[in-house]
Amino acid sequence: MEKTVNHRAWFLVLPVLLLVAFSAVIPLMTVVNYSFQDTFGNNEFFWAGLEWFQQMLNSERMWNALGRQLMFSGIILAIEIPLGIFVALNMPKSGFWSSFCLVLMSLPLLIPWNVVGTIWQIFGRIDIGLLGYTLDMIGIDYNYTQNALAAWVTIIVMDVWHWTSLVALLAFAGLKSIPDAFYQAAKIDQASRWKVFRYIELPKMMGVLMIAILLRFMDSFMIYTEPFVVTGGGPGNTTTLLSIDLVKMALGQFDLGPAAAFSLMYFLVILLISWVFYTVMTNLDKREG
Amino acid sequence: MEWMAWTWPTATFFMVIAALLITFSILAIKFPEAPRVGVLRIETTRGDRLFITLLGSAFINLAWLGLVGPDNQPWALAVCLVWAAAVFRWV
Repeated sequence: MEKTVNHRAWFLVLPVLLLVAFSAVIPLMTVVNYSFQDTFGNNEFFWAGLEWFQQMLNSERMWNALGRQLMFSGIILAIEIPLGIFVALNMPKSGFWSSFCLVLMSLPLLIPWNVVGTIWQIFGRIDIGLLGYTLDMIGIDYNYTQNALAAWVTIIVMDVWHWTSLVALLAFAGLKSIPDAFYQAAKIDQASRWKVFRYIELPKMMGVLMIAILLRFMDSFMIYTEPFVVTGGGPGNTTTLLSIDLVKMALGQFDLGPAAAFSLMYFLVILLISWVFYTVMTNLDKREG
Repeated sequence: MEWMAWTWPTATFFMVIAALLITFSILAIKFPEAPRVGVLRIETTRGDRLFITLLGSAFINLAWLGLVGPDNQPWALAVCLVWAAAVFRWV
């Protein structure tokens, strides 16, 4: 049966377009306008041309922040994705304990970002925090306000605690969608546990895992609140990730022009990586379909 | 609109982008096309190729500014045109 093509349905999208225009397109246009001008307040602007872009491209500060950001996203993806899959594989597949695990896993996802930051900020303190105090008691030199390694470990463990559940829940949904016949066939063929994972479970989970990687990458690449609450970007600048640096520049120093150029480049990197992920995902779907 | 700090160059930039989007939307409605697979081994339509062109052009301009400097920036647009032609021909 032929589908009816009716372009009038596009009018139904108009309210969303209007909303997106006000929440995203108009602010983005303003940022583009700011990135080519200089201001000293009073809504007075002076043409600066490509100066801010050039300054940002030659700024060691921005490249360092980008390096830290890529390292942060890389580390949390390398931990959360395998750990999420491992958790999903070991969760009960049905019954009371399955529901119990699902609810338990969802709890960290329901906690607001700033509360997560506050929890870990207190948890890691060596005077009153359970983690910091315990580590200090057993003789481990842990102080996230003074030691860069301790600060990094804290923000990474915090992110893993907060978001591994999301990966596990998505992987679990992928696992649940595999028909029993696949496992029965594998059993007849006497496939090992590893082979069942490698040739049945992993390919069937690939779609949802790509979504998990995309979501976690995007979210971690734009992360602000949690590390800001815990370390404030310190000690020194060691945990100053891109968004923390951007806010310091735009609101702390009120350098609107350089900050606008910085945020446009930040936006382009996110757009590029999201496009790559999206393309890989849709092509995987088509190949499976 | 004053708070948006409009200038003629940035307004022209957005008008060009808007004109491109409108043109490609009309083209997609009037002359629908089947997606094709190019050198990237992914299915693309005209709209996808426009997106790849624009995104690539942004990076070409930034790379030119960082590596060559702002004095010859218009030449970066020439590179972008070559990039656009290559994307529409082979991607």
